[in-house]
Amino acid sequence: MNLITVSGPPSSGKTAVILKTAESLRQKGFKIGVAKFDCLSTEDDQLYAKAGIPVQKGLSGSLCPDHYFVSNIEEVTQWGIREGLDILISESAGLCNRCSPYIKEIRAICVIDNLSGINTPKKIGPMLKSADIVVITKGDIVSQAEREVFASRVGMVNPRATIIHVNGLTGQGAFELSTLMHDEENEVDTVKGKELRFPMPSALCSYCLGETRIGEQFQMGNVRKIKLENQHEQN
Amino acid sequence: MSKIKRDIETLPVAALLEEYPFIDSYFSSAGLEYSPREQLPLKEYLHSLEDEFREDKAIDVDETVSGARAYIEQMLEFLGLNSGTRVRSVSILPGTTKSGEAEGFEALEIRPGEIVSIVGPTGSGKSRLLADIEWMAQRDTPTGRQVLVNGTEPDKKWRFSTSDKLVAQLSQNMNFVMDLTVREFVTLHAESRLIENTEEVTGKIIAKANELAGEQFSPETPITSLSGGQSRALMIADTAILSKSPIVLIDEIENAGIDRKKALELLLSEEKIVLMATHDPILALMADKRIIIKNGGIASIIETSEGERGILHEIEALDRRIQTLRGELRAGKRLDQITI
Repeated sequence: MNLITVSGPPSSGKTAVILKTAESLRQKGFKIGVAKFDCLSTEDDQLYAKAGIPVQKGLSGSLCPDHYFVSNIEEVTQWGIREGLDILISESAGLCNRCSPYIKEIRAICVIDNLSGINTPKKIGPMLKSADIVVITKGDIVSQAEREVFASRVGMVNPRATIIHVNGLTGQGAFELSTLMHDEENEVDTVKGKELRFPMPSALCSYCLGETRIGEQFQMGNVRKIKLENQHEQN
Repeated sequence: MSKIKRDIETLPVAALLEEYPFIDSYFSSAGLEYSPREQLPLKEYLHSLEDEFREDKAIDVDETVSGARAYIEQMLEFLGLNSGTRVRSVSILPGTTKSGEAEGFEALEIRPGEIVSIVGPTGSGKSRLLADIEWMAQRDTPTGRQVLVNGTEPDKKWRFSTSDKLVAQLSQNMNFVMDLTVREFVTLHAESRLIENTEEVTGKIIAKANELAGEQFSPETPITSLSGGQSRALMIADTAILSKSPIVLIDEIENAGIDRKKALELLLSEEKIVLMATHDPILALMADKRIIIKNGGIASIIETSEGERGILHEIEALDRRIQTLRGELRAGKRLDQITI
């Protein structure tokens, strides 16, 4: 089985891109399954089920969704193998712009949309920087010039990635993306022992552990304070 | 070992910046606060940074180094291609319709300065045809068509190149989402295309766009407050002048607020190949040929006849009348007092 991790900011069009691409892949005879990771709730599993795609959904609830992803990716991989899938796609939303669920040697796709603003590629961090393929969506609602500017910004942040434009509504570009999805050389039977491409941020403070009160006396563990600029400095 | 690889491994960061000035923007995207006095090569320099800084900026040393190499290679290639790769012709070789029948044409060759329109009902396969051309299909898309450039199979790298696409697309919707003035926006685009005389080109684009637009706009107008016609005018002028892509795919130019004839003339004067999906008789008849799409395939190709060109003059006159009335309305006049 091939495993592919797809991730991207919320509402960037991950599910639409996967659905359209799966359509092309299924026409070629591949059996596709999806594992959808989200935080509080998702209806996307129903969209997959409706399209006849085997799907598992994992909600992280009060846990960090990317940490939850790493803790469960092996279980999901084994499910995919039992289902007899050719390609298992894991879909997860990058909620904090700092984590990324990519695994070394496992193909990584980042979905990002043209509407998110030209400075967004710079803000996204490892999720964009270490992806193998960057899919840019919603190209139909911006101008050619904005598409070009946005793509060049993406290329600046991640020059090694293959950049591809996909329209999640019409499916334009999905066929093209599908040609990059399957790789016979890249079969996995387990992800045990593999490593994340990028460490998740180090943080363990009192708020991670359920503290709700505000104030210095309640801040413990890994705490960092903002550096305020002094605007009325007097000499 | 390639020169770029050697330079990255051995040159101090300061010298690397002198050799490849554009790498500056890569560094800043990577979150690096480099100082021009850095005398260490990139990798050593990255290692010399504090762990905490690297962690904060999410900098992975190996990834940043290999990214720098990829970036330099891409940029050099892009700069080098500015003069090369002239497209003299694009050919489409037939595949099959949705039901697997052969398409109704032999081969279609289009040259710079030619306009081809594409007609057919919604869902008949117009977008797939545009996509086949953009993807440079090699009998590997659902239609089985093949697209040749200058009579030969094009290099596959064009498929995924972002900096040097063969095809520019003018979509139906031309909304702007960026918070910039017209001048800032065009300048930004010109910079992303690595144009040298940015100011001159920017001025030219804005002037041309104003020739096409029904209503004038200034370089200081925010792009988000342009009208539909003004946006289209700006995008067409921008694509004609700034985009290096030799092929322009147009998905219908709406009628309102733009001189479509001038728009097409501008694109052709820049030696573009224009393919245009449209049901507008003026645009369709301005084309040299039109492709008829049915059931996912090309049913036939019609050359615009002399008779049809005669009709074109009639509808153009009609169109001019409507445009004049539109202008009078805008100027606050009563239409029953106008003689045209």
